[in-house]
Amino acid sequence: MSRDRVRGLLLPLLAFLVFGGLWEIVSSLGIWPPSAFPSPRRAAIGMWELIADGTLLKHSVASLFRVTAGFYLAVVLGVPLGMMLGWWKTGQLMFNSIIQFLRPISPLAWIPLAMLWFGIGDKPAVFLIFLSSFFPLLVNTVSAVNRINSLYFQVAANFNFNRLETFSLIIFPAILPAVMPALRISLGIAWLVVVAAEMIAVKSGLGYLILDSRNALRMDYVVDAMIAIGIIGICLDRIIVKLTRIRSVSWGSV
Amino acid sequence: MGHIQVCALSKKYMERRTAPRTVNCSPDVGQGRYLDVLNDINLHFEDGELVCLLGPSGCGKTTLVRIIAGFEQPTSGSVTIDGKQVKGPSSNHIFVFQHNGLLPWMTVWDNVRLGLRHMSDREQMNDRIREYLDIVNLTGFEHHYPHQLSGGMQRRAELARALVVNPDVLLMDEPFAGLDFLTRLKMREEIINMHEYFRKTILFITHDIEEALVMADRMVVFSDRPAEVRMDLKLNCSHPRDFTKESALEDLRRSVYMELGVHYAL
Repeated sequence: MSRDRVRGLLLPLLAFLVFGGLWEIVSSLGIWPPSAFPSPRRAAIGMWELIADGTLLKHSVASLFRVTAGFYLAVVLGVPLGMMLGWWKTGQLMFNSIIQFLRPISPLAWIPLAMLWFGIGDKPAVFLIFLSSFFPLLVNTVSAVNRINSLYFQVAANFNFNRLETFSLIIFPAILPAVMPALRISLGIAWLVVVAAEMIAVKSGLGYLILDSRNALRMDYVVDAMIAIGIIGICLDRIIVKLTRIRSVSWGSV
Repeated sequence: MGHIQVCALSKKYMERRTAPRTVNCSPDVGQGRYLDVLNDINLHFEDGELVCLLGPSGCGKTTLVRIIAGFEQPTSGSVTIDGKQVKGPSSNHIFVFQHNGLLPWMTVWDNVRLGLRHMSDREQMNDRIREYLDIVNLTGFEHHYPHQLSGGMQRRAELARALVVNPDVLLMDEPFAGLDFLTRLKMREEIINMHEYFRKTILFITHDIEEALVMADRMVVFSDRPAEVRMDLKLNCSHPRDFTKESALEDLRRSVYMELGVHYAL
């Protein structure tokens, strides 16, 4: 391994060790009782218990399923719709205001309605995650289409592209460098929202694990669920970054 | 074939409020102010002619060529190529851009393939792409992306993409702008060779009088906006040309500089 790689692995590890040390020191000061501020040791034992009996895996899978479903829906609806609105200027003029109006409404504000419409279970949670990713993706895709250099459309016209070819050979590849960061951000938001959504309408998922552990006064489990959320969040982000590095996707960054 | 007939062509732009006031505005047209860019241009380009279009910057050369390409519509008058009126862009008359005309998300190969994508015989298509990449000396760079090529190579790739569809007309808007001096000289040579080989009608916009003298069969010099034809000269000397030795070319060079308002050109 090169020197840079070793540094790239060791320095973040060092930061985590310092963070754990601070945690240990604060918990040993006894400002809060151990039941309210679990020590790293206590959290590690709790983590082992959650892993051993499969609880953590079960809840992680449940959360990941909801995020995947909601995010996937947002991508397959938001990106093509954004491409169409970016292309069709009249539609853009017509719908832009209503999109801008709906966008700042937090997905959490939809919780009461989502529960009434979709009942208890996965559906309202998936709906909330869909809402959280849909608008950022839509808005970013529309603006990415608007920013395509008009020269590329002239090339398309010069080589007699039809509408489908203009979409698939010009618009889609042209917006990818701008859409990938939007995917990254909206997946992050989706992962934030899933925890909140699971505290309300469902009996599984990492959000539910946090709420359930609090009711059982097991703050060590609460901390463990938080750690799991953080780790899975990093992994999701890494996956998107890997996708971004594909050459035909990242043509704009060089 | 590639006869181009430009008849009584005029182009006015409605002046936007944000645009700076310009001298040649006619306030009497309707209610808005209009900017006259082209004024009653009549030109006839022969099949296979390499014509260099010169003129002060902003005079309307690019607008004229964009109208011939079909990217813009004239306010009045018409353009016909081989008797057919130009209604819009077509792969029969390909425009070569100043820079970044290649699609950056496609490799050189895929860019050149654009005009051939409907060919049914894949083997034949691949052979044709290979042949034209060889003509512009880009064999070995098929799988490079445009940003991995030098400016000169990008121009050549775009040239291959244009030539591979066998158009009757090539429209080039300062295609060598932004290239270094040596690359420019080499590109001139390649255009001359390419033109001797294919005999396409080429309209070539340039600011460089020497470039035009070295390359062109004919030079058209435009006035300041609204563009009018000031000089229209045939150059019958053979290639390679050396205008420092041929006095006729040297005289021509001086008279074009004079026409463009430069009196102390070396």
